[in-house]
Amino acid sequence: MITKSLAPDELPGQAGSLLKRGFRLALVAGHDDGDRLRAVYLFTAAGPDRRVELHVLLDRDTPRLPSLAGLSFAAGRFEREMHDLFGIVPTDHPLPQRLVRHFRWPQGWYPMLADAGDPPEFGDLDGPYPFRTVEGPGVYEIPVGPVHAGMIGPGHFRFSVVGETILNLKARLWFIHRGLEKLFQGRTPEGGVELAERVSGDTSVGHTLAYCLAVEDAHRWSVPQDAQRIRAILLELERLYNHITDIGALCNDVAYSVLNAHSQRVRERLLRLNDTVTGHRLLRGAIHPGGARIIGLPDRHELAVIGADIAEIVELALSNTVVADRFTGTAPLGRDQAADLGTLGVVARASGLGIDARHDHPFLSAEFPRTVHTRTDGDVLSRFLVRAEEIVTSIAMISSLTDMLGGRTAATSATTGSGGCGVGIVEGWRGTIVHRVELNGDGRLGRVKIVDPSFFNWPALPLALADTIVPDFPLANKSFNLSYAGNDL
Amino acid sequence: MSALGVIGGVVQPVLIVAGSPLLVGLMRQVRARLEGRAGAGVGQPWRDLRKLLRKERIAPRGTSEVFRFAPLVLVATTLVVAVVVPFVATESALDPVADLFAVVALLALGAVALALAGLDTGTAFGGMGASREMTILALVEPTLLVAIFALSVRVGSTNLGAIVSSTLHDPARVISPVSLLAAVALIVVIVAETGRIPVDNPSTHLELTMVHEAMVLEHAGPDLALVELASAMRLSVFLGLLANLFVPWGIATEATPLALLIGVLALVVKVGVLGGLLAAGEVFVAKLRLFRVPELLAGSFLLALLAVAASFFLA
Repeated sequence: MITKSLAPDELPGQAGSLLKRGFRLALVAGHDDGDRLRAVYLFTAAGPDRRVELHVLLDRDTPRLPSLAGLSFAAGRFEREMHDLFGIVPTDHPLPQRLVRHFRWPQGWYPMLADAGDPPEFGDLDGPYPFRTVEGPGVYEIPVGPVHAGMIGPGHFRFSVVGETILNLKARLWFIHRGLEKLFQGRTPEGGVELAERVSGDTSVGHTLAYCLAVEDAHRWSVPQDAQRIRAILLELERLYNHITDIGALCNDVAYSVLNAHSQRVRERLLRLNDTVTGHRLLRGAIHPGGARIIGLPDRHELAVIGADIAEIVELALSNTVVADRFTGTAPLGRDQAADLGTLGVVARASGLGIDARHDHPFLSAEFPRTVHTRTDGDVLSRFLVRAEEIVTSIAMISSLTDMLGGRTAATSATTGSGGCGVGIVEGWRGTIVHRVELNGDGRLGRVKIVDPSFFNWPALPLALADTIVPDFPLANKSFNLSYAGNDL
Repeated sequence: MSALGVIGGVVQPVLIVAGSPLLVGLMRQVRARLEGRAGAGVGQPWRDLRKLLRKERIAPRGTSEVFRFAPLVLVATTLVVAVVVPFVATESALDPVADLFAVVALLALGAVALALAGLDTGTAFGGMGASREMTILALVEPTLLVAIFALSVRVGSTNLGAIVSSTLHDPARVISPVSLLAAVALIVVIVAETGRIPVDNPSTHLELTMVHEAMVLEHAGPDLALVELASAMRLSVFLGLLANLFVPWGIATEATPLALLIGVLALVVKVGVLGGLLAAGEVFVAKLRLFRVPELLAGSFLLALLAVAASFFLA
């Protein structure tokens, strides 16, 4: 990893040249170093794995940065996040509204500063929320949420509609800021695991692994390959149970509920398999900084049966002409749109971008072939098929990793040495998860920054929905299946 | 007004009110079992209704009498249809009302009342549901009229009792092209009108895809119970109408206890079987994209039109 310290006015030039050379902005984190503030920009590139960090030192009283929003869409959102949490002002930002800070928190209170104290009482609304108004004959608005009829996270969606066609959609999120990154501070690296497991309940392994990789990178520990193989197996097991849930839910949203019933049955089988592997249905407790420990390796015969079951469900779904019609061409996200927004994971791959941290930033020494995706039109069908195809690869990966392990179920590295900073990059089932950890001199956690792929993917949803009809929204939303919890830390 | 008509007019509404929630329960149970789920049991809709009826009456701020009376109008119109249409007995208590046009108008009146209530709430969902429901209704009602009209041509009367009696006396008519075309058109129309898959999904919780459910989203407690009961009754009424127009056997033609008992049993069995088949069929279809629904309904209208044409040419 290359680290550079910069003055604020050098930032746009450096960032611009990195982005031109094919780097992507993976993470931006604010830091409170006591006498001054610091902004850290992490750029990553694939083939070979390269990581560059830019550190910008800022004056504590007037922390100002030149905005990178013109260079990268994601940078603009990171800057707004940093502004809300640290009070670091991006100058010339095109959309300087608050992003993550709750609307009833007062102006000028920045929760991530060391002297912020307890959250203040909720006050009056800080002005009306700036929804874009769409006007014209027959245009009306549909407000939905933040409390929904189904069991999902809180999000408010404002549709501007003419007839049934969506003209504009604004997704207003950020209702459940938990202060998670601050909770990490002062814990031991081992004590951070239980938090990392709960960043987003359905991505326990993804976030824990990214966190542990970051801690190990900070300590410069070299983790045995057996431990990495166990971790890779757990990561794929998590992908399996989440992908089949999504496949079932997509069928349910077009009222083909018999396939949802079967997907739920398969999911339950996978959760029980998880239980035999780690002793926890959601795969918690197996990964720790420096290593991994499981109870037993997954049963290959069981996995083969599950794979055949899933293949049949997918086949049945797509052979139903109405289901195929509902999926095909619905809510398309073009390749250029996906690239411009910096989308990740399933969403990016369904739009034809070959982003996959398992190959771009591998933590395993063994190479596995990339999944070949047959349809990359960016519509609901593409996202459905990407999931179905990844399930096949995941099962094959688990089988060969199980062979490599040859029955060994635990491995740990020597855990000595003091701190520094490190980065962990993992392809969770939704997409690329990045954690960045800075350790204090006493070996405790100083600052942990978490970036869930949903942070990058949420802005893609309204874009894909332009000119889609309202009744297709739940289907399109489910095909993205973005995390509320991972997004709003 | 004959004795048979009066007895039929008493037995039919009682049977339909008591049996409709059970029909809905049966259909849900059939579906659950076919999907490999345990299901909540046939009695669940009645338990839901009991729960809703015990709750307090509540109406959203700013709504008018339109909102409050809509459930009553819906139930009342469906009850009148349950009294007059020949379900258990061929003769009707109110013979002039047992007319094709009167019955279709009554059913449409209930649907319109509910759509107005949806608009009255002033919420986006009420308006959206009402607009979708009206779109579907506007396509469904002509088909309904034309399909039954095709059956009435050869009888020379639009009285439903007369149509049923004539089929009873001349069974060969059931397998005529007119009947078959009209039957297919009617089945599609009934699926659309009662909000079943592939037109609407009665079990969805996704507020943006709903049609019927979006319209009644603001109703609660006893009002919701009435709406749910009326929806179940409409389903029974439509299935009963379908059964007796094409397979009228078993219906009571004289006012003896045995004939009436057979009439009741025949109706229960026919409607139960039709409901079961409809539920089983739903397992294998997905919901159409909203803008494809008019195509489906236009197809059914064409079939109904062909049935009318055939009834003149093949008479």
